Amino acid sequence: MSGKILMLGNAAVARGAYEAGAAFVSSYPGTPSTEITECAADYPELYAEWAPNEKVAAETAIGASVAGARAMTCMKHVGLNVAADPVFTASYTGVNGGLALVVADDPGMHSSQNEQDSRNYARSAKLPMLEPADSAECKSFTKLAFELSERFDTPVLLRLSTRVSHSQSLVELGERESVERKAYKKDPMKYVMMPGMAKLRHLVVEKRVTDTMAYAEGADINRIEYHDKSVGIIAAGIAHAYAREALGERASYLKLGMVWPLPELLIREFAANVGELWIIEELDPFIEREVRAMGIAARGKTDFSPCGEYTSEEIRAVVLGEPAVCADPPENIPGRPPVMCAGCPHRGVFNVLSRMRLTVLGDIGCYTLGALPPLNALDTCLCMGGSVSMAHGMEKAAGRDFSKKAVAVIGDSTFLHSGITGLIDIVYNKGASTIIILDNSITGMTGHQQNPATGLTLRNEPTRKLDLEALVRAVGVDRVTVVDPFDDGATAAAIKAELDADEPSVIIARRPCALLKGVRYTGKCVITEDCRDCGACVRSGCPAISRRSGRPRIDPAQCVGCDYCRGLCKFGAIGRVE
Amino acid sequence: MSGTNIMIVGVGGQGTLLASRVVGGAAISAGFDVKVSEVHGMSQRGGAVVTYVKYSRQTVSSPIIGLGGADLVLAFEPLEALRSAAFLKPGGAVITNTRRVDPMPVVVGVAEYPEGIADKLRALGFDVAEADAAGIAAECGSQKAANIVMIGLLAARRADFSKAEWLAAVEASVPKRFLDVNIRAFEAGYAVGS
Ligand SMILES: Cc1ncc(C[n+]2csc(CCOP(=O)(O)OP(=O)(O)O)c2C)c(N)n1
Repeated sequence: MSGKILMLGNAAVARGAYEAGAAFVSSYPGTPSTEITECAADYPELYAEWAPNEKVAAETAIGASVAGARAMTCMKHVGLNVAADPVFTASYTGVNGGLALVVADDPGMHSSQNEQDSRNYARSAKLPMLEPADSAECKSFTKLAFELSERFDTPVLLRLSTRVSHSQSLVELGERESVERKAYKKDPMKYVMMPGMAKLRHLVVEKRVTDTMAYAEGADINRIEYHDKSVGIIAAGIAHAYAREALGERASYLKLGMVWPLPELLIREFAANVGELWIIEELDPFIEREVRAMGIAARGKTDFSPCGEYTSEEIRAVVLGEPAVCADPPENIPGRPPVMCAGCPHRGVFNVLSRMRLTVLGDIGCYTLGALPPLNALDTCLCMGGSVSMAHGMEKAAGRDFSKKAVAVIGDSTFLHSGITGLIDIVYNKGASTIIILDNSITGMTGHQQNPATGLTLRNEPTRKLDLEALVRAVGVDRVTVVDPFDDGATAAAIKAELDADEPSVIIARRPCALLKGVRYTGKCVITEDCRDCGACVRSGCPAISRRSGRPRIDPAQCVGCDYCRGLCKFGAIGRVE
Repeated sequence: MSGTNIMIVGVGGQGTLLASRVVGGAAISAGFDVKVSEVHGMSQRGGAVVTYVKYSRQTVSSPIIGLGGADLVLAFEPLEALRSAAFLKPGGAVITNTRRVDPMPVVVGVAEYPEGIADKLRALGFDVAEADAAGIAAECGSQKAANIVMIGLLAARRADFSKAEWLAAVEASVPKRFLDVNIRAFEAGYAVGS
């Protein structure tokens, strides 16, 4: 295995873009896709940036492609919902420089709010989609995506899934291809999508679907591997890896590297040569439906669930009837849900909201953890930006008395992603909602990415820092307050005052994430003899505070010394050791 | 199928990811095919975390391990060892840190932390070894090196790679300025495990 290195799938996608001579990457973070863009930023030859959201990222990548550069944008599955508008029409315009759209699905929802299958987008937007199974393919398929994009004049989708993105396997590194930026030529018939032009382009799109289908028939990334022919497996990506491990040479395989369009002739040939045909795919029966539409009988979602991930052990059990032997899992094992970190500034706001028993429209970020015990503070969590607009809708439907007891909470990155448009709606349509921006000076949830409000770029270069107060004032919010969420009294007072005000208000709860490098809390908090066991500190949900032998106790290994709990204790029973 | 499947489990923030990379690194230098599967994102924050390391003289296809598929569970926290029991092959091995970290349901008093976890695992037929990795790491100079103590414990019980390969993998994975304490942590874990 010499010459090969262990590489994360995401790092291998970045490497593929680098080797393909790509010049431009713009993305918005989202697990499990985030590291692609972070790794791309490590190559000085590539321009890489964080955009405020996926739509902007996709549009900038399209712009770079039209300018003639090989360009890429990366997102998680739900990010493609946000980017769908430009993507569907870029399918019509086609490209100039190669354009790779990378989308990472999350079967099993390790870190997502839904489990949608992005292959459906390939079919709807009529775009070719490749799906790698390991890091080596992540690299080679990314390179192929750029080639196909230029050859067929189309954006190309690359579909990943959590286990491909976040698994390390061996990759052999190659050289960077030197690719000149193509000249940009004005071409309104191709790039100005008004009905007159778009009607003509639609014909081009349909022809391209036929052309890419013909390509798929002969592409070596779609390959048949015959062993025992009594069982035939059609699978792509990670599902193929699971099936291959589960069944070894006891089955034959059609491994699809391209999941859209599908190679009908190849599928027919394979089906004709094997006994029982199985389609092994996580999430939707996407391939299975197409295969059945060809009039070919196949098993798949007949026996497997459309929910969650597969494993090799499950496939062996279902296809071969050989269930794994395993211990009976002991019952009543307490769960271990993720928690807000010790020192997390979000805790301050949620502790107040939980005490005030407000209706809290939540959003997506670390602060979504405020939904869990003991804070139990959130009523909703839908999509990025949804908190602000939902608060407005609820006020209009349920009335002002209702909205006097409701707030929306949204992180700094999420607010800039798509909360600002909801706020404009509130002002424009004379709402009076109270919005709390939880400004921890970073995009936390996805692992600390910079955003426009942090004043640093993806490469940590200083840039013009977006002024949140000025922004919300500019859209017409006159009541803007900034509080320190660890100042319990001030936070509670601000929320009360703004709920009572009959106009829109924004409270910015500002304190940096405790995990940021610049944040240096020192010492530890300790509970003293004066403790009356009122439980106020325990109810704040700090993971350093537990109640192992009756009375609350602070675990020095977990305490970061943020002092938040000291402010909550009415009896002054929490001291410090330096 | 003839390869080795290791599951590394713990609590987000305990350094399981780095540990899995060390095992992966050692396996590569010993010439195995390797897959290491990690989980990033949400579960990093105090939640249960699981990574898989699989290595074999043949090709490793799947990066993950299903029920009844693990040869060994390396647990950074006892409750997480118990939680992975169904993933072990019959008679599989468990190496667990004894330092317990209460999950939130236990902290807030709606669930009870199970007692006698090692015995429960033994009763299920597993080969269980325990050590206070956090304590050993503290003696070596930093409680943060508990993950490398765990690697030392593992190295002492799996003879697939030489000690030199293990040490090289540790060196390649930890920041230079913490190398000394991590080498001490590895050696201490190795001594306890042997
Ligand atoms: C459309 C979409 N894009 C990306 C994500 C992934 N994602 C979840 S939370 C989050 C950012 C949260 O950052 P912020 O709002 O600053 O809150 P924090 O986590 O720092 O508290 C991102 C990018 C998503 N869930 N949906």
